[in-house]
Amino acid sequence: MPPAETAAASAPENPEEIRAVPVRHPGRWVAAAIIVVIAVALARSVATNPRFQWGVVGDYLFAAPVEDGVLKTLELTFLAMVIGIVLGILLALMRLSANPLVSWASWLYIWLFRGTPVLVQILFWYNVAAVYPKITLGLPFLHANANDLITPFMAGLLALGLNEGAYMSEIVRAGIISVDEGQSEAAQALGMSRLQTMRRVVLPQAMRVIVPPTGNETISMLKTSSLVSVITVPELLFSVQQVYSRTYQTIPLLIVASIWYLAMTSVLSVGQYYLERRFGRGSSRNLPETPLQKLRRVVLTTRRQPAVVEAPEASEERR
Amino acid sequence: MSTPMLQAEGVHKRFGDNEVLKGITLRVEPKEVMCLLGPSGSGKSTFLRCINHLESIDGGRLSVDGELVGYRQHGDKIYELRESEVARKRAEIGMVFQRFNLFPHMTAAGNVMEAPVHVKGTDRRAARAEAERLLTRVGLADKIDAYPAQLSGGQQQRVAIARALAMEPKLMLFDEPTSALDPELVGEVLEVMRQLAESGMTMVVVTHEIGFAREVGDTAVFMDGGVVVESGPPKEVFANPKHTRTQAFLSKVL
Repeated sequence: MPPAETAAASAPENPEEIRAVPVRHPGRWVAAAIIVVIAVALARSVATNPRFQWGVVGDYLFAAPVEDGVLKTLELTFLAMVIGIVLGILLALMRLSANPLVSWASWLYIWLFRGTPVLVQILFWYNVAAVYPKITLGLPFLHANANDLITPFMAGLLALGLNEGAYMSEIVRAGIISVDEGQSEAAQALGMSRLQTMRRVVLPQAMRVIVPPTGNETISMLKTSSLVSVITVPELLFSVQQVYSRTYQTIPLLIVASIWYLAMTSVLSVGQYYLERRFGRGSSRNLPETPLQKLRRVVLTTRRQPAVVEAPEASEERR
Repeated sequence: MSTPMLQAEGVHKRFGDNEVLKGITLRVEPKEVMCLLGPSGSGKSTFLRCINHLESIDGGRLSVDGELVGYRQHGDKIYELRESEVARKRAEIGMVFQRFNLFPHMTAAGNVMEAPVHVKGTDRRAARAEAERLLTRVGLADKIDAYPAQLSGGQQQRVAIARALAMEPKLMLFDEPTSALDPELVGEVLEVMRQLAESGMTMVVVTHEIGFAREVGDTAVFMDGGVVVESGPPKEVFANPKHTRTQAFLSKVL
């Protein structure tokens, strides 16, 4: 039979595509069906249950007190993270110091601030005037009434920032330790001082390890900042509480707050992605494309399919 | 008699109870190339690291260009140097490491420019021009803006040599510069070192490359167990090793 012969002969060169009957996965279909049913039921209930009061959600989403609360939350998160990061770097360097007392002081701080609940710390700073009614800096005329100086906002900020410092110091320390010792040796052999070595060589490389958990800490801080509502700081949660204590529309206003928290954490996640990319420089040969670059490439290549004249654009994007 | 570039007299070094250097005495004249050989654990890398005070010595005297390393002598008292003084002296000594230790977050030019700009205070533009000149000299004119991860081991080590040269050192230390390289990349690094030696650089090279030591070295020093076993012109040491330990080592590596 000549046809069979030719088929056998050509098989290794041009193997026929396999058209096998795929294995069935009935379990996956059942699971998918269950999920769909639950999702539809949930969506229908959320949409049709009048007690969610979606109209009220819409009314308050961009109301002035809510927007003020959002701004206050952002301000609190930003400032607390700045305090936390600066303090964290300082505590990490202290922890790695050759001086045992300095190292021990840092350890004690971390033990104290990580070992007590942040809510307790918030309440403590709020009531600090009970312990130190007058705050002086040891200089004449430079003293203030603790109650004037430590406003609820200051108390909340102090509590969140000082607490964050303890967590950040462990993150920074892990980052510094992750940098190969040969790097600081090379820097020192070139005549760089210890401070220069840390700032120019070690910390930039430690950033690759430090940035991802710091992004997580920021997102976590954004949510934790709602705790200061207990000491009447007018951030997002306290603002909606103020409204619903007057109108009794508790659920729709909590939904308003949740929508804002979700929106803000989503934006932060995107920012974290780009930061990680920047500090990944030099660690791999080619940086992965950002979603935007990927989109642009796909759109461009599908639009002019056969064109191979893409080279200048591609090299430009890599820059 | 001129001041030796490097003079060691009875140098001792301990790590805890482990005595790594048990009295090293040797001398390197300006423009001389000295190759340190010996089995691993013989203390040759430790000795090299003592020369720029990455390790401090516990006994003896070690001086570079007539000045003590890491200490200052006043009368019969010895004072430890401040960190900034140690750094200033290190800036005059170039060092090349086995594992290159390039800064991965900077380009080749960035690596070479780093110390001139931030230690010497050289103007950025002048430092950049000098970096380009040095990278061209080590054969990397086309890799000036590449990151270390984009370079082969041999190319990385040549950038590391250019980085050390950018500080215009009076002494260059090489700590097994080719030991981490694939065999076919060793030649390009040795060639750069050969040219450097020809240009009159004073060099102390810890190496296992007998061929390089024989051709380029003015002195070969064989170390074992923290002491100098034998030293002399490379051709003599390799052709007629006097000590049995040298003979045993050479029979293994030759």
